Amino acid sequence: MKNNNFEGQVIPINRDNVDTDLIIPKQYLKSIKKSGFGPFLFDSLRYTTTATLDSNSERIEVSSFILNQTPYKNGTILIAKSNFGCGSSREHAVWAIQNYGINIVIAESFADIFTRNSYANGLLLICLDKNIIIKIINDALSSDSYKIMVHLESNTITLPNEENILFTIDDSYKERILNNLDDIELTLKYKNKITEYENKIKQTKPWLFNNE
Amino acid sequence: MKHTLYDKIWSDHCIHENEDKSSLIYIDRHLIHEVTSPQAFDGLDIKKRDIWNKQSIMATTDHNVPTINRDRGITDPVSKIQVETLRDNCKKHNIELYDLDNIKQGIVHVIGPELGMTQPGMTLVCGDSHTSTHGALASLAFGIGTSDVEHVLATQCLNLTKDKNFKIHVNGKLKPFVTSKDLILYIIGKIGTSGGTGFTIEYAGEAITDLSIESRMTMCNMTIEAGAKSGLMAFDKTTHDYLKDREFLPSKKHYDNALKYWESLVSDESAHFDRTEVFDANDVEPQVTWGTSPEMVTPVDSKIPTPDTVTNEEEYIDTLNYMGLEPGVEINSIPLDKIFIGSCTNSRIEDLRDASQVVKGEKLSSSIKQAIVVPGSGLVKAQAEAEGLDKVFIDAGFEWRDPGCSMCLGMNDDFLQPYERCASTSNRNFQGRQGDKGRTHLVSPAMAAVAGIKGHFYNVKEFMNEK
Repeated sequence: MKNNNFEGQVIPINRDNVDTDLIIPKQYLKSIKKSGFGPFLFDSLRYTTTATLDSNSERIEVSSFILNQTPYKNGTILIAKSNFGCGSSREHAVWAIQNYGINIVIAESFADIFTRNSYANGLLLICLDKNIIIKIINDALSSDSYKIMVHLESNTITLPNEENILFTIDDSYKERILNNLDDIELTLKYKNKITEYENKIKQTKPWLFNNE
Repeated sequence: MKHTLYDKIWSDHCIHENEDKSSLIYIDRHLIHEVTSPQAFDGLDIKKRDIWNKQSIMATTDHNVPTINRDRGITDPVSKIQVETLRDNCKKHNIELYDLDNIKQGIVHVIGPELGMTQPGMTLVCGDSHTSTHGALASLAFGIGTSDVEHVLATQCLNLTKDKNFKIHVNGKLKPFVTSKDLILYIIGKIGTSGGTGFTIEYAGEAITDLSIESRMTMCNMTIEAGAKSGLMAFDKTTHDYLKDREFLPSKKHYDNALKYWESLVSDESAHFDRTEVFDANDVEPQVTWGTSPEMVTPVDSKIPTPDTVTNEEEYIDTLNYMGLEPGVEINSIPLDKIFIGSCTNSRIEDLRDASQVVKGEKLSSSIKQAIVVPGSGLVKAQAEAEGLDKVFIDAGFEWRDPGCSMCLGMNDDFLQPYERCASTSNRNFQGRQGDKGRTHLVSPAMAAVAGIKGHFYNVKEFMNEK
């Protein structure tokens, strides 16, 4: 995310426990790339039949699913209820969301591993109270267009009716999202400390290194 | 200051505390497989980074491999590329790979402990959420995504924020034929699938210390289904007995020192837990999940919940529609199409023994289209065959397969057809988990076996009494 403000159409997914199998089914995890997952986001809800990575033509859409409807299909901010991203650790779930063109996910709560994976890829996650989530989902479902503005600088979301909602976000997470930092590079700044630690445990737990 | 087991392993691996409350944590053991590692190796290549400690890594092929006709190789070209990519990466970086032609190949969470690569007090990661399994050996183990796999490859560390401590204390003894699978499903039913989010869970109490390591692994394995990344169990005599003579254990020279360290891997008495829940093992009956989340679970001799008992009616209606079930239906009356005995939850020798006890001398119901038994590793398979368990299953009409993740997630050719209903010893009953539109009921190995014989669910206790 390059700037501090982000406006987008909301995609409401009115469910709790949106698991990573639902976000991206297993057959697409055979890819050895980080891209190309967008067409398979929410695959089992989106299409009547399954596909494979090398065979994905002429699929029939489920018209009642939100991603097959205007204006939601062009949305960039996903919103769902509690425990979003539970289940498998597949980072492909985050890649699929981003590949589709979604930049922000808002939910009541997120699963731990999904949260880490989102951080690593700069996918912004925002937690809001249940009542606000339900209101946004309902309003988005009943409006022809429902765009909200996320201001990362001031930690606020502006709804279409100009109402502002405050959210909390970890400062270091925000910094990483805004500056697109390389986590490995940051850790390697502590290279000497890691080596020092390793030298210490080579004495205290030698069997981990030289088990002779 | 009193410390929990989690506190101890954490502080023992903490290299540095960052300003933002996270810490740089050293990782002792890294397990990798074909599905979540290719992009990580790619990332290293792009940045021209080296692997920090190759010795800490063990690789196997499990998620995406055939469990039948292995001599024909992998026929799906896309799967083949993925497995070959792991082979290439391991060769290039000189990483130990347990491949399909090796008897030690198997599900990563089965072979780690089995080979003694998982040791008490270790920090252990793998690009798979069921890495929590290894906590049964008092190791702090958790699943990570591919970016973190790359991070550990390059730095041997992760920046982590410490979890809160959650103790689940289980008093009493499990009844005959009630297993740790039933216990963990029961607990998830009580605390919910996000009950453990933000926590590391330590299991304690008589019912836990009574369990074998295999049974403990089943519970730690499903800890992620309660939302916690890691489950832990204290080191004790059972742990020590399990570890003895495993291939990669500390050598004679180091063993006594290692043992001394391992013996410290228990929570101090009166250590502080942020949350504690107490359960009684006596309350647990054989469990069956009826919905599309592991928390949707009920005893076998009960009924599908009715709308007045649920909190989210919309979700409940969607779930029953997906599962093709009606409110108030007896669990025992639900007919099944397929049986799957396997997965990192329940594919160890003890699980196969449990199931074979039920199956011995019986025949698979004619209404069952397919029943497969997939041992967790080549070594489990060999042990089972040495005990004649393969014959018991084959004689009854079950298929005896080669090791892999198989129908737990159906990445290979083992999956459900639309609307097929399966009694499965795996860990997730999510929509489409075992195949598009497939319907999964999670159960213990013995309960899956009984369901195969009867063609529908049936209480294993009664079945064994009648037998």
